[in-house]
Amino acid sequence: MLGRTLQEVSAALKQGQITPTELCQKCLSLIKKTKFLNAYITVSEEVALKQAEESEKRYKNGQSLGDLDGIPVAVKDNFSTSGIETTCASNMLKGYIPPYNATVVQKLLDQGALLMGKTNLDEFAMGSGSTDGIFGPVKNPWSYSKQYREKRKQNPHSKNEDSDWLITGGSSGGSAAAVSAFTCYAALGSDTGGSTRNPAAHCGLVGFKPSYGLVSRHGLIPLVNSMDVPGILTRCVDDAAIVLGALAGPDPKDSTTVHDPINKPFMLPSLADVSKLCIGIPKEYLIPELSSEVRSLWSKAADLFESEGAKVLEVSLPHTSYSIVCYHVLCTSEVASNMARFDGLQYGHRCDINVSTEAMYAATRREGFNDVVRGRILSGNFFLLKENYENYFVKAQKVRRLIANDFVNAFNSGVDVLLTPTTLSEAVPYLEFIKEDNRTRSAQDDIFTQAVNMAGLPAVSIPVALSNQGLPIGLQFIGRAFCDQQLLTVAKWFEKQVQFPVIQLQELMDDCSAVLENEKSASVSLKQ
Amino acid sequence: GFTSKADPQGSGRITAQVIEHLERLALVDFGSCEAVARLEKAIAFADRLRAVDTDGVEPMESVLEDRCLYLRSDNVVEGNCADELLQNSHRVVEEYFVAPPGNISLPKLDEQEPFPHS
Repeated sequence: MLGRTLQEVSAALKQGQITPTELCQKCLSLIKKTKFLNAYITVSEEVALKQAEESEKRYKNGQSLGDLDGIPVAVKDNFSTSGIETTCASNMLKGYIPPYNATVVQKLLDQGALLMGKTNLDEFAMGSGSTDGIFGPVKNPWSYSKQYREKRKQNPHSKNEDSDWLITGGSSGGSAAAVSAFTCYAALGSDTGGSTRNPAAHCGLVGFKPSYGLVSRHGLIPLVNSMDVPGILTRCVDDAAIVLGALAGPDPKDSTTVHDPINKPFMLPSLADVSKLCIGIPKEYLIPELSSEVRSLWSKAADLFESEGAKVLEVSLPHTSYSIVCYHVLCTSEVASNMARFDGLQYGHRCDINVSTEAMYAATRREGFNDVVRGRILSGNFFLLKENYENYFVKAQKVRRLIANDFVNAFNSGVDVLLTPTTLSEAVPYLEFIKEDNRTRSAQDDIFTQAVNMAGLPAVSIPVALSNQGLPIGLQFIGRAFCDQQLLTVAKWFEKQVQFPVIQLQELMDDCSAVLENEKSASVSLKQ
Repeated sequence: GFTSKADPQGSGRITAQVIEHLERLALVDFGSCEAVARLEKAIAFADRLRAVDTDGVEPMESVLEDRCLYLRSDNVVEGNCADELLQNSHRVVEEYFVAPPGNISLPKLDEQEPFPHS
């Protein structure tokens, strides 16, 4: 049951094949077994069981709230959850209990979803590995998969199995690990520069970033107000569409949500005619650092569309090479502003110094933030200094427009959807990843994903195939603004073509019969 | 201070004065020479933007710049949650958040105790 898709489980709940409480307990049990992955910061067991009870009543009375009723979900720990600790993996908010729910959390709860817990991340969502939070790094479940381990046994140099565990990518690594390890059916992440799509690619999941303005940011502890969006992680595209249907829409508490009547993409149509599609391949994304395996899959994907009659065009996004630099300046600048709210007075950590407000703020912030956060605050403040403002911040804002225009031009040339890699390569071992600092890694790993955030476009990472090492590789589709439904429709068609394998975690679990049984049905289900 | 050990590859623009200024504005300290070196690298990285021709280009603040922000009507519909808000603070007296005395500047760098390396 745990290996099924959200759609399937929802049907099973409606038909009474399983009750919400049973489902909840299975997930809780699996969370305990997979604790070593460090995907969860807080497991909200009591809350989830209570919600399950209420869901069960509704099903008994034939009054289910919809497809999400009784479905276990997880939420990244930078979304406020009423009565449940929300830490952003930082000492600054350790012990902080919000008095309200983020709008997206509220929407999930209103649909009857079961909140299993809050997932781990890089501190304040700054990072691309989910390695820099105070609760420690998240381990990629694929490190323990049969697919990966079998390949490693062939390698005579393979060492002790656990010291070489792989990162999940980030910053929504906990959410990705939670879904990938079957402990829930969907998880919320956030996406500012690729933080949902990157771990999705590394963990073999669908990672969806909606158009900026489609989904409310109220309650998402902000990093970069002009780029942040809540992200969705699921095991298949249909599931992501279901969650998006529940979350999309205007919110009076977030004035950056748009009020257009948008077609809620609840059920995705099957893509009738691929030959009517025009796929754009941005040539500047073919960089030397791209691994040959990813490049090969990218090429095969383009060929696939072409063989089905779609038009496949090379397009140019000329400012691509400046995109990461521009992002770096704008991101640190907005971060400098957003982190200013953490002064110890109204919430969060407060130090013991009482000499003066400035001394108290400074010490509180030194104790509360890690090096990465402090580094970005300082960089941001540098770019915002009077003497630097024009040359750095405003300059970056101008470059941002050029980047956004690049996309507009590409779409205006008749392209419906762009196809690019999501990451440079498959997931790397943690010991390898930490050889470079956070900023360097982020600059490297965000390269294909962050331009999308600057332009506010929808994008999705779809798992395509396993690498030679048995690890997931994903590709990214980018759509026009507010054409999220069309984007997901194309992605769904592609997903069906590639038939990405289900992760085999049976070596991991002791009593694995339940998982094994459902793996078969899961692999059948994906072959619709 | 930190600048004497600053990264030789850096722009060399992070003088002691800039460090002090940034620490006061950000109310976050560098804490180490490595942090200063990292800032220098970050600036060098950002300097690459100079190569882009942005003549006549307007800065972009938001991707939704062509739309109007939605405004709610000016009616009070929620509030009265003082208790909930006060709950999260470490130091509260009745309905006040308690702050230490203000208008006292941080001591200058050379007057301060050296911060422990974090």
